[in-house]
Amino acid sequence: MKDRFNLYRFASPATFYPFAGTLIPYFVAVSVVFGLAGLWLGMLVAPTDFQQGEGYRIIFIHVPASWMSMFIYLVMAGWAAIGLAFNTRLSGMMAQALAPTGALMAFLSLLTGALWGKPMWGAWWVWDARLTSELILLFLYIGYMALTAAIDDPRRADKAGGLLLLVGVVNIPIIYFSVKWWNTLHQGSSVNLAKSSMATTMLWGMLLMAMCFWMYSIAVALMRVRTIMLERERHTDWVKAELLGKAGEEK
Amino acid sequence: MIHWNSFSDFIAMGGYGFYVWGSFGATVLIMAIEPIAVARNRKSTIARLKRQLRAETRNTAE
Repeated sequence: MKDRFNLYRFASPATFYPFAGTLIPYFVAVSVVFGLAGLWLGMLVAPTDFQQGEGYRIIFIHVPASWMSMFIYLVMAGWAAIGLAFNTRLSGMMAQALAPTGALMAFLSLLTGALWGKPMWGAWWVWDARLTSELILLFLYIGYMALTAAIDDPRRADKAGGLLLLVGVVNIPIIYFSVKWWNTLHQGSSVNLAKSSMATTMLWGMLLMAMCFWMYSIAVALMRVRTIMLERERHTDWVKAELLGKAGEEK
Repeated sequence: MIHWNSFSDFIAMGGYGFYVWGSFGATVLIMAIEPIAVARNRKSTIARLKRQLRAETRNTAE
């Protein structure tokens, strides 16, 4: 019963707002530590790839960005499902806060993929199943942001956007399994729970970079959700108190 | 421990310098710009909400 009570307490923006504010510096610090460790391993220690030479080092950002682009979408769809089922205020704000970061991750995935594809395949872009479905993911993010921005009432915007997110979630397994289902130019996954095809330093470099991207995404989404909370809850007493008091001195 | 023999080797990335540093450069740029944009948006939102709040309290006081 106590856990239940706590969960509801943090689902209230008035409690979540200061809590998120306390957490942000920690996520930033952890992200920087993981990033420095990952860059050190990946860029300075890891050996040359026997097939791809030094060009393979792009994967230290390409893979984390791609993972995050899919993971953030799943988290948004999860919030959308909670929001549609229980009509909670927080869920729509969370989905809103995550969308731009997810879109940037999808963009980075495509951009670094193109920068890898040019020297390795001889083409910036091919209409391969993996690449095309990732491009659709970017369009889903942009579509979600455009749709919710076009509806004035935030609760209705959340509902419409949530439906879009839930329908679009079908694209995530398509991206993930595309390299197995179709004959793609894109290589299969290098990381596998049973057996990895990568050198240990390469693998750890990539996992550390993935942690860095993950913590970065949480930090920046928490920053964004705090602003959304002030905006949406502006008629409540706690926001008024926040605006007249603490937020005034904050930069 | 360190894989590279010289700093110029590191920069050249075995001939893949443009692609590798292009990728890392774009990522660093995005990860710097995004938080700055979020912080600026927060600042302007707080300023606007405070203005609105002050206007409202003035109206109710009159």
